[in-house]
Amino acid sequence: MEAHGWGRYPRLEGEITYPVTSAQCVSEVMHNAGLTPQGLGRSYGDSCLGRHMLNTRYLDHYIEFDEQTGLLTCAAGVSLDDIVQTFVPKGWFLSVTPGTRFVTVGGAIASDVHGKNHHLDGSFCDHVIQMDLLLGNGEKVSLSPTLNADLFHATCGGMGLTGVILSATFRLKSIRSSDMLTTTIKAADIDALLDAFEENQDASYSVAWIDCLARDKNLGRSLLMLGEHADEGPLAVKGKRRIPVPVDMPANLLNPYTVKLFNAAYFHRIRQSRISQVASLESFFYPLDTLDNWNRLYGRKGFIQYQFVLPKSGGIIGLKKILERISQSGMGSFLAVLKVFGKGNNNMLSFPKQGYTLALDFKVEPKAFELLNGLDKLVLDEGGRLYLAKDARMGEAAFKAGYSRWSEFESVRERYHAIGAFSSEQSRRLGLR
Amino acid sequence: MKILIIGATSAIAEATARLWAEAGHQMYLIARDETRLETISSDLKIRGVCQIDSQQMDVNELSQHKLIIDKAFDALKFIDVVLIAHGTLGNQEACEQDFEVALQEFHTNAISTLSLLTHIANRMESQKQGTIAVISSVAGDRGRQSNYLYGTAKGTVSIFLQGLRQRLYKSGVHVMTVKPGFVDTPMTAAFKKGPLWAKPDVIAQCIDNGIRRKRNVIYTPWYWWIIMAVIKMIPETIMKKIVL
Repeated sequence: MEAHGWGRYPRLEGEITYPVTSAQCVSEVMHNAGLTPQGLGRSYGDSCLGRHMLNTRYLDHYIEFDEQTGLLTCAAGVSLDDIVQTFVPKGWFLSVTPGTRFVTVGGAIASDVHGKNHHLDGSFCDHVIQMDLLLGNGEKVSLSPTLNADLFHATCGGMGLTGVILSATFRLKSIRSSDMLTTTIKAADIDALLDAFEENQDASYSVAWIDCLARDKNLGRSLLMLGEHADEGPLAVKGKRRIPVPVDMPANLLNPYTVKLFNAAYFHRIRQSRISQVASLESFFYPLDTLDNWNRLYGRKGFIQYQFVLPKSGGIIGLKKILERISQSGMGSFLAVLKVFGKGNNNMLSFPKQGYTLALDFKVEPKAFELLNGLDKLVLDEGGRLYLAKDARMGEAAFKAGYSRWSEFESVRERYHAIGAFSSEQSRRLGLR
Repeated sequence: MKILIIGATSAIAEATARLWAEAGHQMYLIARDETRLETISSDLKIRGVCQIDSQQMDVNELSQHKLIIDKAFDALKFIDVVLIAHGTLGNQEACEQDFEVALQEFHTNAISTLSLLTHIANRMESQKQGTIAVISSVAGDRGRQSNYLYGTAKGTVSIFLQGLRQRLYKSGVHVMTVKPGFVDTPMTAAFKKGPLWAKPDVIAQCIDNGIRRKRNVIYTPWYWWIIMAVIKMIPETIMKKIVL
C-alpha cells in the first residue's frame, strides 16, 4: 500500500497493520524486523514511513482519569482531537498542544511536540508522568522521569525508534472557559516583532505569522498573536464539520504572486496596530484543522515543511540572514510561523531549545531543495537544528551536528533491544542503526 | 436511556457507544473477547456512561442466548435500545472451496442473529416499547461473486427483520435495519480505501439519527441508497457478465 506523511512527500510502498490490542502489537514486533510505529500520520516527512508500519489508530481507549488532579491515562492511539472533544466540556484542556488536533498521544510523545506556550510550559513530554513501552524483544516496560529514566528521555522525542508506546499518563490543565481572549499586534519588521515577543513574554500563548516574502525595510513584517484562557464563558467545542479540499489543487496555485497577494492581504487586513478579540478555542489553537486535507493545496507532488530553531545568543543576526535568503528566493510560503522558545528539556532528541523557531512550507520542486540545503548550513552555523517531525530531507551530517546527543540515544536503543527492531525511512537516512 | 449492545467490540458498535456515552446513558455490553470488553467499558465510563455492565458471550453458542439475554433484561429492568453489531467478513474463496467454512460464516452472521433476535423480540414485545437496531449490510441487497456468502447471511438477516418489524409494530417496538456500505474498520484494514469509504463515527451518527427518527431501513452513509438502487436494477442477464 502506498504511504506518505502529511506533506505527501516522499511516498513509498509499505505494509500497514492496525492492531486492536497490545497483544497484537507484541506479535507484530516479534514477527517484523525494522518496524515503524505510526499514529495518524501527521508528521510531515518520512518519520512514520517504513516497510512494515504499525498503526496505533485503534488503540484509542481511555484507561483512567482523575478528576481531582487532571491526570489522564490513555492508550497511545487516542487523538488529541478526542481528548479536546471529551474533556473541554468537563473543564480540562491539553497542557501542551501542537497546531493540529489530529495527532495521537503516542505521536505527540514521539515528536515531543510543542505549542504556543512553550516559553512558559515547555513541550508535551514535560507533562508526561509515566508511560508503557513495548520493546523490541516483546517485553513491556514502565517508564517515568525516575523509572528507567534513560529510556524515558530517549523515548520522549525519540520518533518511535525505541519501541511502541502503548499508553501514557499525563497532566491536563484546568480551564474555566473554552473562550480565548486574544490580542493581535502588528509588527512592521523583524526587530519590532522580536521586541513585541520580549514585551509579552508573560502571555500564556504567543505565536507570530510572518510574511516571509516581504523584503528590505519590511523584512519579517508579521502579526503577533497572543492568547489567554478566559475566566468565564462556555465550556464547549464545536462539532466536527470541516471544509474538505476534495482533490489535489494544481501545483501552480500557490506561486510567488498568489502567495505575495495573500500575505499582503493577510497583513493589511488588520487595520489597528493592536486589536483584542474573543475567539473560540478551536480557531485559536487549530486554525488549519477547519480545512480538511489542506495538504492538497500544494498539488500532487506534495510539500516540505522546514522548521528550525536558532539559539537565542546571536540568533537575531542569523534569523535575519535566513529571512533575507528566503525572501530573495521568492519561494516563501503563506504559512510561515515564528515563535520564541523557552528553555529546552533533558530529552535526547527533543527539538526545542531556547531561541527562535521558524516554520515554513515549500512546494516540492528541485529549486526548493537547493534553497533548503543552503539554509541548513546557515542554521547549523548558528548552532541550530531542524525539527525531526517535519523533516523529509536533511542529511546525516546535518542531523548529527544539530542533535549532539544522537550517540547517547543510540546506546540507549542498543541497551533496550531497539536496534534492528525499530526503524523508519527517516532513521535510515539520518544514519541511525 | 438504557442500551444493550451485542458485538460491542465491533468498530461500528464501539463508535456508536461512544456517541451515546457522551449523553450519560446506562449500558450493557456483550462480546466474545473479555479483555477488550473490559478495555471498552473503562473507556466508556470516562466518556460519560453513568453505569456499565458487561457479559462475555460467543454468539455461536446458541444454547446460551436465552440465559444471557434474560440476564441483560433483568439487570437493566427496561431496555430502550438494542444494537446488534457482531459479524465477520469471511473469505469468499475459502467458503467456495469448503462448505464447512461457509456454514461457519453463515452461522456467525445469520443464524446467531436470528436466535438472538428471537429472544430479544419476545422480551421487547412484553415491555411494549423500545427499538431494535441491527447491522446488516448493503451486501445483502444483491448477490455478487466477490462476497455472496456474506451477502447471503446479511440478506437473510434483512428479510428476517422485515418480518419482525411488521410483527412488533403492533406492540410499539421499532425495528431498524442498518445497511452500511464500505466502512474503514479493523475488519477491512486490508482493503485499499477509496472515496466511498466511511469512518465508523459517521455510521454511528447515522444510526443515532435513524433511531431518533424511527427509520425502518437506513443505508449508511445515505448515498449507498442510490448506489444499491442502481445495482438492484441491473438485469440478471447483464449482471452475470460483469465484474462487481
